Amino acid sequence: MAETTIQEPKVKEAAPLFGKAERKLLADPLNDNNPITVQVLGICSALAVTTLVYPSVVMSIAVVFVCAFANLFTSLLRNSIPKQIRMIVQLVIIATLVTVVELTLKAFNYTVYKQLSVFIGLIITNCIVMGRLEAFAMANKPWRSFLDGIGNGLGYGAILIVVALIREIFGKGTLFAGSPIELKLIGASNESASFFINTAAESGIGTWFSWYANNNLMVLPAAAMFIIGILIWIQRSWNTKLVDIS
Amino acid sequence: MDNTRYIIIFTVGMTSVVALLLAGLFYATQSKAKENEAIFNKRAVLRAVETYLEKSVDDMDDGEVLSIFENQVQQKVLNMTGEEVGTADVEAAGHKGGKAENIDMAKEKKKDEAERLLPLFTFNYEGGSIQIISVRGSGLWDEIWGNIAIQLDPKVKGVVVGAAFDHKAETPGLGAEIKDNPSFRAMFKDKRLYNDEGDYVSVKVEKGGSKDKYHGVDVISGATVTSVGVGEMLYRGIKYYEPYFNKLTKASDGGVKG
Repeated sequence: MAETTIQEPKVKEAAPLFGKAERKLLADPLNDNNPITVQVLGICSALAVTTLVYPSVVMSIAVVFVCAFANLFTSLLRNSIPKQIRMIVQLVIIATLVTVVELTLKAFNYTVYKQLSVFIGLIITNCIVMGRLEAFAMANKPWRSFLDGIGNGLGYGAILIVVALIREIFGKGTLFAGSPIELKLIGASNESASFFINTAAESGIGTWFSWYANNNLMVLPAAAMFIIGILIWIQRSWNTKLVDIS
Repeated sequence: MDNTRYIIIFTVGMTSVVALLLAGLFYATQSKAKENEAIFNKRAVLRAVETYLEKSVDDMDDGEVLSIFENQVQQKVLNMTGEEVGTADVEAAGHKGGKAENIDMAKEKKKDEAERLLPLFTFNYEGGSIQIISVRGSGLWDEIWGNIAIQLDPKVKGVVVGAAFDHKAETPGLGAEIKDNPSFRAMFKDKRLYNDEGDYVSVKVEKGGSKDKYHGVDVISGATVTSVGVGEMLYRGIKYYEPYFNKLTKASDGGVKG
């Protein structure tokens, strides 16, 4: 799964901090080389954690952190890592960072830690992180690797949050449930029902479409599969150079 | 460079650095994490008596949870014959802290039935006191558990006044409704644990169960196995506390039977 076919750009000496190539490292994974919709990596956690937006945001931040720093450390060590055990070394670096994330969440946001439970640990096996280490960090300088890690983490996170937005609104009728700014958006509220809007619902803002019954399919992992599929379709019809003509 | 000696030195060096780093971080965050876990468990207990509190448990901040627990909740640990177990014995059984809130129900579930320890919380409010018990059973995919609030009543013996459930891996939207759907929890209110003859019947969770006004609640449609699991968990779990409850009712009104 973790194979990528990325052409490494030639590194110039004394490159500027945010030159064209560096910006490309950040922007590429968001669209042309998105880890989820183009490379189809990291699907497993994308299906599982995207029922609610808030945990997805936390998950995205965790992946950005792990991906960026794993890339940085691997790149720093790239000339001293013995070739025979390079995979193991990469895994140790990833596992260490994931444990750091896990311990931090446990201490500072226990509810989200409980919600994400096993999926934080599973970042270790997230193909995106491993793929970037092998394909990029082992052959590039630390700063560029760090940027590449942030870019790929963001590319993953962007898709995660879009999928979670759709799933939470249609599956639960809420937005940001579990966070301090929880909203009830659509579906029946305590107020008497009118067709379009119930005024003065719990959150102070009305909820719309009182007749709407939560769509249970959206809560199941299968819905994420459909939504990611549709996102890939949309992306390809808009960004035609992704379409494989052969 | 790629000889065996270098590989061994590199591995040992890297592992030591990583081990030291993680151990340090673990010790630095441990106390905060423990505190969080304790508050999480306390919230779960209070959720069973949510209707007696001023606001829902989710709306409370940590300080409020702790203060209610401090001022209105007493806790003790019981054995299967209804006797109180001392703190030292509970700690010896592997529950650090030795209080009812420290008991790991997953660990207890693995023991023989006769040797289990039972956590009991007594919630006091203006109108009297409520016993909150912990139960644990099996759902469809993995374990389910809950806290049940029971009011002891001389006339009908035991009445459920609140329930809150949680689960490890039930299907979202189906089995997970035992936790997420407030109307499922609400059905348990005012269900009697004993029938008119005074025999233990627990709360039945079955199709059309709520037709039985005193003893039954409805299953969740599409989640039959989880619902049946809840019913089984309640039948078995509440029975564990029966010896102690019998003692309590006997002591308070000379053994009147309904």
